[in-house]
Amino acid sequence: MVLTFTSSGIYCPAGDFHIDPWRPVDRALITHGHADHARPGHARYLCTQAAAPVMRHRLGEITLDTARYAETRRIGGATVSFHPAGHVPGSAQIRVEVGGEVWVVSGDYKTTPDRLSEPFEPVRCHSFITECTFGLPVFTWPDEVTVANEINGWWAANAAEGRFSLLGAYSLGKAQRVLSLLDPGLGPILTHGAVENTNAVLRAQGIPLPDTVHVTPDLKAADHPGALVLAPPGALGSTWSRRFRPASTGFASGWMRLRGVRRRRAVDRGFVLSDHADWAGLNDAIAQTGAENIYATHGYTDIFARWLTEQGLNAQVVPTEFTGETLDQDGDGA
Amino acid sequence: MKRFTALYAAIDQSTKTTVKITALARYFQEAPEADRLWCVALFSGRRPKRAITTTRLREWAAERAGIPLWLFEESYPIVGDLAETIALVLPPHTQAHGDSLTDWIARLRALDQAGEATRKTAVLDAWDRMPAPERLVFNKLLTGGFRVGVSRKLMTRALAQATGRDEAELAHRLMGDWTPDTTDWHALIEAPDAGADLSRPYPFCLAHGLEDDPDTLGDPRDWLAEWKWDGIRGQLIARGGEHFVWSRGEELMTDRFPELARARDFLPDGTVLDGEIVAWDGAQPMPFNALQKRIGRKTVPKKLLKDAPVILLAYDLLEQAGRDLRNTPFEARRTALEALLNDLPDAATVRPSPLVPVTTWSELGQTRSTARDARAEGLMLKRRASAYHAGRKKGDWWKWKLDPLTIDAVMIYAQQGHGRRANLFTDFTFAVRDGNDLVPFAKAYSGLTDDEFRKITQWVRRNTLQRFGPVRQVRPEHVFEIAFEGIHESPRHKSGVALRFPRMKRWRHDKPVNEANTMDDLRALLAQYG
Repeated sequence: MVLTFTSSGIYCPAGDFHIDPWRPVDRALITHGHADHARPGHARYLCTQAAAPVMRHRLGEITLDTARYAETRRIGGATVSFHPAGHVPGSAQIRVEVGGEVWVVSGDYKTTPDRLSEPFEPVRCHSFITECTFGLPVFTWPDEVTVANEINGWWAANAAEGRFSLLGAYSLGKAQRVLSLLDPGLGPILTHGAVENTNAVLRAQGIPLPDTVHVTPDLKAADHPGALVLAPPGALGSTWSRRFRPASTGFASGWMRLRGVRRRRAVDRGFVLSDHADWAGLNDAIAQTGAENIYATHGYTDIFARWLTEQGLNAQVVPTEFTGETLDQDGDGA
Repeated sequence: MKRFTALYAAIDQSTKTTVKITALARYFQEAPEADRLWCVALFSGRRPKRAITTTRLREWAAERAGIPLWLFEESYPIVGDLAETIALVLPPHTQAHGDSLTDWIARLRALDQAGEATRKTAVLDAWDRMPAPERLVFNKLLTGGFRVGVSRKLMTRALAQATGRDEAELAHRLMGDWTPDTTDWHALIEAPDAGADLSRPYPFCLAHGLEDDPDTLGDPRDWLAEWKWDGIRGQLIARGGEHFVWSRGEELMTDRFPELARARDFLPDGTVLDGEIVAWDGAQPMPFNALQKRIGRKTVPKKLLKDAPVILLAYDLLEQAGRDLRNTPFEARRTALEALLNDLPDAATVRPSPLVPVTTWSELGQTRSTARDARAEGLMLKRRASAYHAGRKKGDWWKWKLDPLTIDAVMIYAQQGHGRRANLFTDFTFAVRDGNDLVPFAKAYSGLTDDEFRKITQWVRRNTLQRFGPVRQVRPEHVFEIAFEGIHESPRHKSGVALRFPRMKRWRHDKPVNEANTMDDLRALLAQYG
C-alpha cells in the first residue's frame, strides 16, 4: 500500500511521513491550515508556499518546509507533490507516487472557482482519498453570484432600515471569501479580531481584500451606521456582538442549505456558501481522477461509499476517529 | 403561489415576531380573497386532505432525482423534513406557471379521485414548474405538515392588524369545523353574526405553570382552587337541540365520547361547559391509562364503554341561555355552574369539579401534596375576579402541579430528532438495572438544553455499538434522572410498566451506571403510585 491508515492518521511507509496527522509525528505533510488538518506538535512540516503564512500564524514556531504547486519532492521511496484543492488560499491535494502507483489525498476541496483560492485541479490517480463533508444529494450549491446578490441585498435592506448586518463566517477562508463577494459601496465593513488577524496574514501575501475596520474595544458602533459586521460564528450570540443593535443576523455555510440547521442557529438569514464540494462536485472530482479505489473520509462516509460502490467503484470508508459529521462543530470547516 | 411562497420565505427568514406579523398582515391585505382564506386555514391547522402517500412521493422524488431510493431515505433523517428533502434533491425546474395557492390546492384535491398514473404525472409536472422555494411550500401542502414557526395566535394577531378587528373576537370566529369550502372570507371574518355556527367552541383559556412560591399571588382570599385533573380538556356545547364535544386541539370528539350525549338531556339549550373528560369509576377518576385506550378511536367498542366510562368534570360555564359569560368574573360563573349542575343525577355524565378550600397558602400546599390520593396531578388556582381569557394570558390562572416522580436510568438507545433538531441525537431509550441486565422502560425526548444535546450527540457518534436503521445502540455509560407524572402497569412493554410524560430532568454526570435505579425500584413505584 502506498498509503495506510494508522492511529495517527494517513501514513506513507515508503516515505515515512504522515498526511494531516492528528497525533504528533516526525514528518507531517499538511493539506491546509484549518485546525482539524494542521495540528501542533509535529517535528517537521511540509505545506504549499501559499499555505505557509497561515500555518505559521496559527502554529507559531514550527519547522516548516514549503513546496510550490506541482513541484515534485522525493521523500524516501516516495515522490510527492501538492496540487490546488480550491478550498481556501494555499490549500492542496497531496499526490504520492511509489513505484508507479499513484495515490491522492484530497484534503478538503471545492471544484468550483472562487475569487481567492487557486482553482481545483483534478489529478489522475489509482487511489483517491476523498473528503465527503457534503456527500448527500441534498447538497447542491447555488452559484456564487447568486449568493453574493443575496448577501448584498440583505445588507442593503438592513442598512436602509437602520440595522447592522451581523454575519457569521469561519475566520480562515470563509470570511475572506465573503469579503470578496461584498459590495464595499454599500457601507463600512467591520471585522472581529479573529477574522482581521487572518485578513492581515492573507493581505501580506498579496491576496486582495476590501478595506475593513477592526472592531476594537473602544470602537463605537454608532460611528459606523449600516455596517456589515463579519465575525466567527461563536461571536454572533456573545456579548461582543451586543453593541451592534439593532441587527439582522446571518450565517454563511454549506449547512445553511438545511432549514433545520439554520433554525437551530437561530439566525435570521442563512447563506449557502461552502468551501467544500457539493454532491455533483464530489462525483465529478472522483470521475476526473480516474481512480478505481476510493476511500471516503470526513463526512457521510458510509452513505457516500455505498453510493460509489453502486456506481462500480471500489469504495471504502477510511477508518479514523474523525470520520466527519462535522455538522454543528464550531471548527473551521464547511 | 409566488405570493404565498414569498410570505413563507419572509416568515422563515426571520426570528422576530414583529417581522412575521407584518409579513402576514400584508398578505391578508394584498392577496386575493380565496388565497387569504386558505392562508388562515393552513395556519390554523386546516390542511387539504393528503391525496398522495408519502411512500409514493419518496419514490417519485428519488426517480426524478436519479438516485436510488435508499439514498433518498438516508438523506431524509439528515434533512429532518420530508417536504424539504424532496425539494432539495430534485433537479432544477424547466417550466413555469402562473397559478395561485388556491389553484394548486384545488388541483391537489382533485387528485384524490384520480388514478395513480395521473397523480404521478401531475406531481412530477408540478415539481418541474416550480423553483425550489415554491416546491418546498407545495410539498408541505402535499405531505400535510404545515408547521412553519407561525402559531395560530400570531396569525390571528396579524389578521387583527390587517382587518382592524378585535383579536379575541377573531380567535373565536376561527374556532370550529369550518373549511374554505364551507365558508368565505366575508362570512368567516366580516359578517356580523359570529355565533352563526352552532358547533363553534370558544378559544380555550390556558394557565401557566406556577414556578414561584404561591405567596407571590397575594391574598389567598382572592383565589379559588380546584384539582388539576389528568384527563382530556374539552368543551361541551349544547345548542339548537344538538351537542358537540371539542378538544383543546380543536378536534371534534362528539362521537368518541357517546356517554356525553346523556349530559345533553339535562342541559338547557345555549349552554357551553369547559371541563375535563375523565374515565370515572363511579366515585373518582380512573388513572389516565384507562382513558388512553379510548384516545384515537373514532368508534368505541362496548367493552371499553363499560370498562372506562367517561364523564365531564366541568369547571367553567362559558355560555348560559345563549349568552357569552366569558367577561363575567370567574366566581360568578362558578356559582352559575354549580346552580346548573349540583342537583343533576349521576346519569347526567356531567358533574361540577369540586372546589378545594383555600385558607392559607401553606394549608393549600398541604392539600396539594395529597393530590395523588385524589387522582389529580396538582391544583388549579384561579383568580375569583378573572375573565375567561382567549389563550394563555399570565396572571389569572395557574397550574400548581405536584413535583414529578423521578428515577435514575441508563441511556441505551439514541435516535436523531426531526426539524429543528435534525442531526442532533434527541430521542433516547432508557433502562433500569435488573441483575446484570438492562431493561428498557421509557423513551424521552425533552428536558436537556441545546448544549447538552450537542454534547450527547458527539458522544453518541463515538460510542455507537450497533445500528438498527436510524436507531443506535450506545455504550451504557450515561445516567439520566427521568421525571414523569405517573406510572402504570403495561403488558405491552418489556418492563411491564408505562410512564406518563417521561422527560430528562438532569444528566447525572456524577452517577456511574451501577448506581442507576433497578427494576425493583420501578416496581416499588408502581406499587405505590400505579
